[in-house]
Amino acid sequence: MRITQGCFSFLPDLTDEQISRQVQYCLGKGWAVNIEFTDDPHPRNSFWEMWGLPMFDLRDAAGVLMELNECRKVYGDRYIRLSAFDSSHGWESVRLSFIVNRPNDEPGFRLERHEAAGRNIRHTTKSYAVDRPEGSRYGGR
Amino acid sequence: MNAQMSVATTPETGEARPVEQVDLRHEFNEVGIGEVLDQLDRELIGLKPVKTRIREIASLLLIERIRKRMSLTSEVPTLHMSFTGNPGTGKTTVALRIASILHRLGFVRRGQVVSVTRDELVGQYIGHTAPKTKEILKKAMGGVLFIDEAYYLHRPDNERDYGQEAIEILLQVMESQREDLVVILAGYGDRMDKFFASNPGFRSRIAHHIDFPDYSDDELLAIAELMLHDMNYRFSPDAREAFIRYIGLRKAQPLFSNARSIRNALDRMRLRQANRLVADLDRVLSASDIMSLEAADVLASRVFSNGYPK
Repeated sequence: MRITQGCFSFLPDLTDEQISRQVQYCLGKGWAVNIEFTDDPHPRNSFWEMWGLPMFDLRDAAGVLMELNECRKVYGDRYIRLSAFDSSHGWESVRLSFIVNRPNDEPGFRLERHEAAGRNIRHTTKSYAVDRPEGSRYGGR
Repeated sequence: MNAQMSVATTPETGEARPVEQVDLRHEFNEVGIGEVLDQLDRELIGLKPVKTRIREIASLLLIERIRKRMSLTSEVPTLHMSFTGNPGTGKTTVALRIASILHRLGFVRRGQVVSVTRDELVGQYIGHTAPKTKEILKKAMGGVLFIDEAYYLHRPDNERDYGQEAIEILLQVMESQREDLVVILAGYGDRMDKFFASNPGFRSRIAHHIDFPDYSDDELLAIAELMLHDMNYRFSPDAREAFIRYIGLRKAQPLFSNARSIRNALDRMRLRQANRLVADLDRVLSASDIMSLEAADVLASRVFSNGYPK
C-alpha cells in the first residue's frame, strides 16, 4: 500500500527535475530545506531522523539535490522526505513537506480491533514493516 | 547580419526543433554581455591580457550557447578558472565580473559569488572538514565559488593536514557537477604553480589559467585618479606631479601590492588633508578645498623621507 503523507503524495513519484523545481520554489521563498528519513511509515510517527542539518542560505536547488542523492545512497530503502521551514515571524513552522523516496515494496498496515469494556471497539493501525527491527525493515541495504 | 532568427517551433506539431539560423548581433545584444565587457574596459584599468582572455571566453560561451540551441552540442563547457598574479592586481574584482558574465550567458543559474579562504573549507578536527566544505559548496551551487589564496589548502609539510580532504571533495564536485558550479582559484603566481604541481588533478580540471600582470606607473596613476573620482576627491596639479614621483618610489620598496597600496596611500593622504584643513579653523571652506588633495598631503609620506629629497 502506497503511503500518502505530505504534499504531492497522491501524484506519481516526483522526478529529480520536479523535486528540484519544488526546492527552488522553497529557496525562492527563503525557506530552509531539510532532509529527513525513516523506516517507520506510521502517519503518527513525527520523529523522522535528520540527514545533516537544515540547509540555510542556499541559492540553488542543486545543493539540496546533492545531499538528497547522498542520503539515497545510504538510506535508499527507506522513506525520505524534504521539508521546508519558514522562519519568518508569525509562521516559524514547516510550510511544505513531501516524500522524495520510498521503499520498493510497501507492505501497508493492518487494522487491529481491541475489544474494550462494554463491547466497545478501539482501533489501531500497525505497519507490517515495523514487525521487523529498525534498519532491517524493507529488506535493509 | 541580415539573416533573421528562424522560427523555433513548427506550427503543425508545436514541438521544439533546433534553430538553423541565428542573428549573431541579436544574440549578442540579447544577453547583454556587451555592457558587462564595456564596463570591464571602463572600470578596470590596464590588465590587457586578462581582458582579452575574458572576451575570448565570453565569445566562446556565446557561440556555445548558440550551438546548444542548434543541437550541435550537449556538453557543458568546463568553466573552472585559476587567477594568478601579484597582490592587488584585481583578481577578486575580475572574479565578480566573470560571475555576472556567466550569469548573463546562462552558464550559471544564480550568479552569486561565494568567496572563501582556507578557514571556511577546512575543519579543525577529524570529520569536521567534509561537512564544512560541503556546506560551502551547497551555498555556492548555481553560482561561482571563489577560493582566494587557494594554495593554503595544501600543506606539503604536514601530511595529516585536513586540507587534502577538502581538496578531494572539491575535485569531485568540480568534475561531477560542472553545470551547477564554477570554481575560481586565485593566488600569487609562484605559489599557485607549486600548488598545481602537487595537485595535478586541479590543473587538469581547470580550463582557463589567467595571469594578472603588474600595473605600470601610468596605470597606477589612472587607478588612483579613478579611485579619487569615485570618492569625490581630486589631485591638484602639484599633487599629481608629487604622486607620480610617489608611485615610482613606492614601487621600488618592498611589500608593494599594486592597486591595494595605492588605495592605502590615498586613504593616508585623505587623513593628512583632513588634518591640514582642521588645523586652520578660522577659514571658510569651499567645496573645491574639501575635494582637492594638495602636494603637501602627498609629500608628507614616509616614502619620500627615506633618503630622498622632498
